[in-house]
Amino acid sequence: MSPTPLASLRAVSKSFGETRAVQGVDLDVASGEVLAVVGENGAGKSTLMRMLAGIHAPDSGQVDVAGRPLAPRPAAAIAAGIGMVHQHFMLVGRLSVAENVVLGEEPRRGFFLDLGRARAAVRELSREHGLAIDPDRLVDDLSVGERQRVEILKVLYRGTRLLVLDEPTAVLTPDESRRLITMARAFAAREGHAVVIVSHKLDEVLSVADRIVVLRRGCKVSTALRGATTAEELADAMVGRHVELPRRTAGDAPREGSALLELRGLKVRRDDGTIAVDGICLGVRGGEIVGVAGVEGNGQAELVSAVAGLARPAAGSIVLSGRDVSRLDVAERQALGLAVIHEDRQLRGLLLGLSVAESFALGRTSEWTRRGLFDRGRLAASAAAGMKRFDVRADGPTTPVAALSGGNQQKVVCAREVGRQHVVLVAAQPTRGVDIGAIEVIYRELLADRARGAAILLISADLGELRALCDRILVLYRGRIVGEATAQEASDERLGRWMTGAESVGEARDA
Amino acid sequence: MRELVAPALAIAVCVLVGNLLILAVGQQPLEVWSVLAAGTWGNGYGIGQVLFKATPLALAGLSVAIALNAGLFNIGAEGQLSLGALATAVVGLALPRSTPWPLALFAAIGAGVIAGAVVGAIPGVLKARFGAHEVIGTIMLNFIVLALINWLVAPGRLAQPESQSTAPVIAAATIPRLSSFVPALGGSAASLAALLAVAVAWLTHFGFRRTTLGYELVAFGLRPAAAEAGGIRAGRVIVVAMALSGGVAGLVGANNVLGYKHYFEAGFSGGIGFMGLAVALLGRNHPLGILLAALLFGTLSQGALAINGVVPKELIDVLQAIVILAVVAASSDVLRRGTR
Repeated sequence: MSPTPLASLRAVSKSFGETRAVQGVDLDVASGEVLAVVGENGAGKSTLMRMLAGIHAPDSGQVDVAGRPLAPRPAAAIAAGIGMVHQHFMLVGRLSVAENVVLGEEPRRGFFLDLGRARAAVRELSREHGLAIDPDRLVDDLSVGERQRVEILKVLYRGTRLLVLDEPTAVLTPDESRRLITMARAFAAREGHAVVIVSHKLDEVLSVADRIVVLRRGCKVSTALRGATTAEELADAMVGRHVELPRRTAGDAPREGSALLELRGLKVRRDDGTIAVDGICLGVRGGEIVGVAGVEGNGQAELVSAVAGLARPAAGSIVLSGRDVSRLDVAERQALGLAVIHEDRQLRGLLLGLSVAESFALGRTSEWTRRGLFDRGRLAASAAAGMKRFDVRADGPTTPVAALSGGNQQKVVCAREVGRQHVVLVAAQPTRGVDIGAIEVIYRELLADRARGAAILLISADLGELRALCDRILVLYRGRIVGEATAQEASDERLGRWMTGAESVGEARDA
Repeated sequence: MRELVAPALAIAVCVLVGNLLILAVGQQPLEVWSVLAAGTWGNGYGIGQVLFKATPLALAGLSVAIALNAGLFNIGAEGQLSLGALATAVVGLALPRSTPWPLALFAAIGAGVIAGAVVGAIPGVLKARFGAHEVIGTIMLNFIVLALINWLVAPGRLAQPESQSTAPVIAAATIPRLSSFVPALGGSAASLAALLAVAVAWLTHFGFRRTTLGYELVAFGLRPAAAEAGGIRAGRVIVVAMALSGGVAGLVGANNVLGYKHYFEAGFSGGIGFMGLAVALLGRNHPLGILLAALLFGTLSQGALAINGVVPKELIDVLQAIVILAVVAASSDVLRRGTR
C-alpha cells in the first residue's frame, strides 16, 4: 500500500435516530486498487459510502482525502476527486447523453451551452474508458446498462479519481457486468486512481476486487485479500453464522399431469400501446418451478401484471387449473388459487403506514371476516404464525411494516402469499435487494411450496437463483421466449446470449 | 402523540396572532379571551349554543374524513348537504300528520342521507369509470346541484308563495331541543342531533377499525396500487367511500331542517360544507379529533358574538382562517393523501 492512501475513513460512526448505521469503521482506499465493500442489507455499506462522498457527515471520526480532511458536502467530495454512482440513476430522460453528462458543469460559449464541446468531451471520455455510447441519443431511449454508463461518464467528466459504485451490476446482463468490471479494473490501474464497489454478488466481488471488506451491523468484521477467501467465507462473515442456501434437489422430478398455469399466446401492451409481451406460450405443472430469465424491461413486469389480473391482455389467454381467467379480476383469480409476489413490494405488496398484520391481511380479508366484521384478534394470531414461519424479525404483528428492513418486509409479503390457499404462485424478483438470511428463508419456502404441489412461475434477474430453484428456465427477450433450458444445461454464457438477443432457439413458441 | 403536534401548533399560532390583533385594536388580550370564555363555556346558554354550532361542523368534518381515509377529497359537501336538506324537508312535510315520531324521523333523516349519498356517489362513479378527478367532479356537481335546488325551491314548485323556503315539516319529524331535557342549557338552539353527531363519530371509528369494508377503504386510501394488487376493487371502494361521505353530508342538511329551522330555506348552509374540510384537517381525520375540532370551531363561532362589543367580530373569522392555514401547513401529508 502506498504511504498516503487516496482516501481514508478513521473511526467513523453515523446514527439515524436510534439506529446506529455505522460504528467506528476504519477504511483506507489505496491508489491503484479495487476495493469491495460487502454486507447484508442495512449493514451500513451505503451509509459508509455516502460519508466518503460527502453526502452524510459522520457523527464522529474523520474522512481524509489525499491526506486532507474532507468537508461533509457533496461538492467538496467532487472537488476532491470522489465520484459516486448511485444505485438509483439520477438522469433527465428528455435530454441527450451529452447534455446529461455535462449537466451542472456545462461548457459555455457566452450565455449558451456549447453542445459541440460537450459532445466531444463525452466521445473522448467514452473512448478513453471503453464506455461505448452515442452522445446524441436521448436517455429515455437507453437500456438500463447504457444509462449506467451515462452515470459513470457524469462522474468521470467531473474529474473523478476515486470511483464509488453502489451495487453496480444489480441491473446488468452477465455480459454488461463483465464489461463494467473490465472498465473498473482499467480505471483503478491508472496512476492515482482507485475504485470502491459496493455489492452483494460475491462471485463478482471475488473476481474484481483486490481487497474485500465485510460489514455487519455497522461494524467492519473482516478484511480479505483476493485469492485468500471464498464466497462461502464471505457469506458467513456477512451473516455472522454459517449459511447454506437451499437448492432444488435433483431427482424429485416434477409431477406428471396437466399444467396448473398456462399462458396461451399471451400478448400484453404497455400503457403507451407498444407490445411488451408478444405471444407467450408456457405451462407450469404442479410441483414444478419454471424460471423466467431476462434483462429487466423485456416484458417481465407486464407479464406479471397480466397474470395477476392488473392488466388486460391484448390477445391470448391465461388458464388457471384448466379455467380461462383472462377476463376475471384480481380477487376472482385469488379465489381460484392464484398467489402473486409482486416485484415492487413497497408499491404493490405492502401497506406502508399500517401494521405488519394489516399488510398480512391484504387480499386475504375473507379469512378473518364474519358478517362484515373484521376480526383483528384472529388476524393478529395468523400474522404472528406467518411471521414465525418466515422468521420475520419484528416486535410483533402490530409493528408498523415501514419499520422493518427490506428483507423482513419481503418475508411478510412471501408469508402472506405462500400462506394463502393457492395452486399457482407467481414470484417476481422475490429476493431482490434482500439479505442472505431472508433469501435463505424465501428459497426454503418456495421449495416447500413446490414439494406441496404448487405450480410456481419464478421471474428473476439472478441466474444463480434460477439455477438453484428452477426445473426449467425460459429466457424472455423483447416480450418473446427466445430460449429454454433445464437448470443443468443453463450456463451463464448460454442464458446470456439469449438474454441479449444474440441467439435464439428457433422454435416457434410464439403462437 | 405525534398526531397532536399539528393541531396543538395550529392553536398556539392562532392564540399568538389573536393576541397581536387584539393589541392592535387597543384592547387587552386576556380581557377579550375571558369575555369569549364567559360567553361560550361560561353559562348554560353559551354551552348550548356551542353545541348547536358544533353539531353540523362535526358531521361535515366526519363526511370529509370518511372520503379522505379512502384517499379521496370530497369537497362537494355543500351540494350534498343542500340536496340532503331539501329531500329531508320534502319527505318531512309530505308525511301524514299522524305518523309516529320514530317512523317520521327515520323517513325524513333517511331521505336526507340517501340524497346526499347519491350526490356523493356521482363523482365517485365518474372517477371509477372514467378517471375524472373527484375534486373537479365534486366542485362542478356543487354548481349543478345548487342550481337545481334554486330552480326547485321557487314559488309554484316546492317553495311557499312569495318565499325561498318550503312549508314546515310535521311536528313528529322534528328533532327535540336539548334544553327540553336539560333546562340548564337555557333556550339555546342545540338539539338532540348533537348526540347523533357523536353516534356517527363512533360509527365511523367502528367502521374503519372493525369492518372489512373499513379496512379496504383505508388500504386503498394509503396504497392504491397495493390494494388493487391485493384484490381490492378500486371502483367499488371509490363509489362506496364517496356515497358514505355524501350520506353523512346529507345528515348535516337533515340536522338543519329537523333540528333547527323545521323547513328548507335556500342558502341556509353558509359554507358549512367547506368548514368541514378544516374540521377534518384539524381533527387529523380521527373521529374523536373531529369532535374536538368541531367544538373548538363552534366555540370560536359563538365566541365571535360574545366579543362583538369589545373587538370587531371579524377578528374571529381571521382566527379561524389562521387555524386552518396553520393546520394545513403542519399536516401537508394529509392533503397529499387526499389529492393523489
